[in-house]
Amino acid sequence: MNLENKKATRESYGEALAQLGKENKDIVVLDADLSAATKTSIFAKEFPERFFNMGIAEQDMMSTAAGLASCGKIAYASTFAMFATGRAYDQIRNNICYPKLNVKICASHAGITVGEDGATHQMLEDLGLMRGLPNMTVLCTSDDIQTKWAVEAINKVEGPTYLRFCRLSTPSIYDGEIPKFEIGKGVQFGEGTDATVFATGVTVSEALLAKEELEKQGINIRVVDMHTIKPIDEELIIKCAKETKKLISIEDHSIIGGLGTAIAEVLTEKCPTKLTRMGIKDEFGKSGPAKELLKYFGLTKDEIVKEILDV
Amino acid sequence: MKVTDVEKLQQIATEVRKNIIEEVYNASSGHPGGSLSAADILTVLYFYEMNIDKDNLKEKSRDKFVLSKGHCSPALYGVLAEKGFIEKESLKTFRKINSPLQGHPDMKKVDGVDMSTGSLGQGLSAANGMAIAAKLDGIKNRIYCLLGDGEIEEGQVWEAAMSSSHYKLDNLCVIVDNNNLQIDGKITDVMNGQPIDEKFKAFGFEVIKINGNDISEIINAFDKAKEVKGKPTAIVAKTIKGKGVSFMEDQAGWHGKAPNEEQYNQAMKDLVK
Repeated sequence: MNLENKKATRESYGEALAQLGKENKDIVVLDADLSAATKTSIFAKEFPERFFNMGIAEQDMMSTAAGLASCGKIAYASTFAMFATGRAYDQIRNNICYPKLNVKICASHAGITVGEDGATHQMLEDLGLMRGLPNMTVLCTSDDIQTKWAVEAINKVEGPTYLRFCRLSTPSIYDGEIPKFEIGKGVQFGEGTDATVFATGVTVSEALLAKEELEKQGINIRVVDMHTIKPIDEELIIKCAKETKKLISIEDHSIIGGLGTAIAEVLTEKCPTKLTRMGIKDEFGKSGPAKELLKYFGLTKDEIVKEILDV
Repeated sequence: MKVTDVEKLQQIATEVRKNIIEEVYNASSGHPGGSLSAADILTVLYFYEMNIDKDNLKEKSRDKFVLSKGHCSPALYGVLAEKGFIEKESLKTFRKINSPLQGHPDMKKVDGVDMSTGSLGQGLSAANGMAIAAKLDGIKNRIYCLLGDGEIEEGQVWEAAMSSSHYKLDNLCVIVDNNNLQIDGKITDVMNGQPIDEKFKAFGFEVIKINGNDISEIINAFDKAKEVKGKPTAIVAKTIKGKGVSFMEDQAGWHGKAPNEEQYNQAMKDLVK
């Protein structure tokens, strides 16, 4: 992991999209007046004729994307996670998922790491909302490189996908590695048996930092980057449950409905094991710098270390 | 096969109405009122106006239709049956388990259904997407979207209307089935959306007002709409809910109710006249 080399995954998304736009003329992109923040502006600059700003009208944007997809386009629709999945849930459900149309919902500014804008903009339920929809694939990436791999991967999926980004820049995890991204397959770091930390998005780098620190104390854990929330990697979850002494999930999302819930569902049915869910505990976010909020809500390396040491 | 003869179109509309009654009666549920009010509009669309036939159903270049008021699926299935896209006998399976004829239209189950609809207010946005796609692909087809007058209480309709004119979608034609009734009563009592024509005008549409149960007026309106350049058209069609069935006409109670056997017989008698 390279702590010096930081980048926001939404930036990587914008770049990947512009690249895909060159290769595939059927790609169209829609945004709801947030193209500078979601980084679809990078695509818009290169392909203005295939970029549609729908104004501050997320419901209209999602249904329009459905109409475009019904005519053979691959429609990427971006805005903040709050408005994409909250305001336009009905449209995503009935216009996109029900007819299984090729719409890629790529939402930025998810989680408390939105920071200063506060609770109204800190979407903490999106993974739960999207995960419950039939036909939907749900992803949440952890760094620049993985995001580019993920965008390429979802472009090949015939059907709706949800890809979640945070506002915050994250350290480079996969830089220099050969591409090995597969939807539905978690990425395991280390073979430690003292604990498994399942993380997703911004929490992956925190988990990796915790792993390093614990190693110094002679405690060996493994970290699993769960970039796909649905379909969840059942096999890997069961393997880790059998091989490690403790299971923890951590996400910049409510502990209800997201990664922790998805893992708990697998464990309950297939391998009953205790799981500690770290995340936002059934409350709203608040204003503040992202880093301080991560600390406040217990989503840092230190909290993971404490949890594993049981202090 | 374009039908231009008004009398012939009226006969087809009557067959569509019989289909509607047949479907709703056999399902013991469904929405006859708004289906009957829209029967003439759908008949003209599918038999006169739209470039759509069994042979070009899968073609990208054909005209498309979005039934935004998806609960009026009996009218859509009724007209698709007259076109021969679906078996007439299958209308009796409407709303039954394993039938492709779902309560609200499912584009993945029925050839000729261009968009899955049901949750109100979403169809115009989808139609916009189709109109934009056609322009991107340089296809000269036209996109039609039928809205209910109660449906336009949904805010998304106006988001979409803004977008239709912003993107100058002159290949798009909206029809508002203005039967003046919604579930809880008159639209003017429940939530007054009038003046509908002025609203669409303000949103940048060319507006044509017609009697939506008059075949000739519907034909003329579609002919005129095709000539409009640089902006979308909205046809505000004044209709009678339950049109053609004596005891259903102008009755909010028949929005979403199936006739019993006696009422079914009466309805069929009315439609033979």
